[in-house]
Amino acid sequence: MYAFEFHRPKSLSDAVALLAKSQGKLIAGGQSLVGAMKLRLASPGNLVDVSGIAELHGIKREGSSIVIGATTRHADVAQSQDVRGGIPALAELANGIGDRQVRNMGTIGGSLANNDPAADYPAAVLGLNATIRTNKRTIAADDYFKGMYTTALQDGEIITAVSFPIPKCAAYIKFRNPASRFALVGVFVCQNASGVRVAVTGAGSSGVFRATAMEQALAKNFTANAVKNIKIDPANLSSDIHAGAPYRSHLIGVLTARAVAQAMA
Amino acid sequence: MGTSVSLTVNGKAVRADIDPRLLLVQFIRDHLGLTGTHVGCDTAQCGACTVLVNGNAVKACSALAVQFNGVEVTTIEGIGGANGDMHPMQAAFKECHGLQCGFCTPGMVMSAIDLVKRHSKANLTEQAIREGLDGNFCRCTGYHNIVKAVQLGAANMTGT
Repeated sequence: MYAFEFHRPKSLSDAVALLAKSQGKLIAGGQSLVGAMKLRLASPGNLVDVSGIAELHGIKREGSSIVIGATTRHADVAQSQDVRGGIPALAELANGIGDRQVRNMGTIGGSLANNDPAADYPAAVLGLNATIRTNKRTIAADDYFKGMYTTALQDGEIITAVSFPIPKCAAYIKFRNPASRFALVGVFVCQNASGVRVAVTGAGSSGVFRATAMEQALAKNFTANAVKNIKIDPANLSSDIHAGAPYRSHLIGVLTARAVAQAMA
Repeated sequence: MGTSVSLTVNGKAVRADIDPRLLLVQFIRDHLGLTGTHVGCDTAQCGACTVLVNGNAVKACSALAVQFNGVEVTTIEGIGGANGDMHPMQAAFKECHGLQCGFCTPGMVMSAIDLVKRHSKANLTEQAIREGLDGNFCRCTGYHNIVKAVQLGAANMTGT
């Protein structure tokens, strides 16, 4: 790991100032960043630790949405009565990230800022049509994800919370890589008043994406059978030692059908 | 250069000025001399470095010591009784032969304690134990006796 300086701001405004001054990186749980720094894939000169800022932490219900603070840990989302009651699929998703030790450290804001192409939270944010709140603005899910490890966040912008509208029903199913436990493919299906959304993680060559053909079919007929004959073009899917694009394409169909069945159950 | 960190380790207050690059596991082993916490894979997979942070299992190889300012860390050295008695979970691993080489055992025990804390007795099924330990690798035992040990440890932890 290359040398860096470490800062512990106590407020969001202090964090914003420190980040601007130091041109550093934010750290919350560090479950992706510390590993990347150990491998020297990342070498920030300054780290600004936002995990101690009270205003970025916690879960609350606001009207018909669940709002989760950026530094809320996966384990806390998984156990939250508000999340389990309002969006059980989101609690399930949080409970399946990494392993227990990772869930005790990793945060929702960190996962979304990193936008790993196989991360789980991007599928929930895109599938549930959530809104990312930052210190500067709010960003709709459809405008937030910009490709692998790339987001709409600007330099110095800090995610403060994520607002998830409570859907009619939803489910997330992932097919894990048996060694890394990351999603080889993960599908989040959501039905709400304005229609159906299907978000796919782990498979897209540009990160998380919406399977619009599936959405249209499910809007007409929300059953597992409705997506039976819909193929996702493998041309836009990733291919690596773990799975080829055609296999990922096949998995998207299978997992979408299963997610629909689970959402209806 | 140094960053100050103050925390409690096994009930004792610790304060140090350290290079912020220092991993929590290096701090525990090299600075505090508590070598029961092991480094296995060093990549957040095997769980041999698991310690409890405010009661929650964390992989100490994948976090910076300076991230743990103001918290309470418990290592395998800190769970036994003051009189030297083993913690009920340690005793259960011994009783059930839940180890062979023993390298993964400190991490297994710490994870198991977290697991028991988060489950009611009825919810701590064999399946829940197997899934709950997916962040801890044992390359000797095949896990069967580890699962038995966690079941026995959980039963004996009741009320402690």
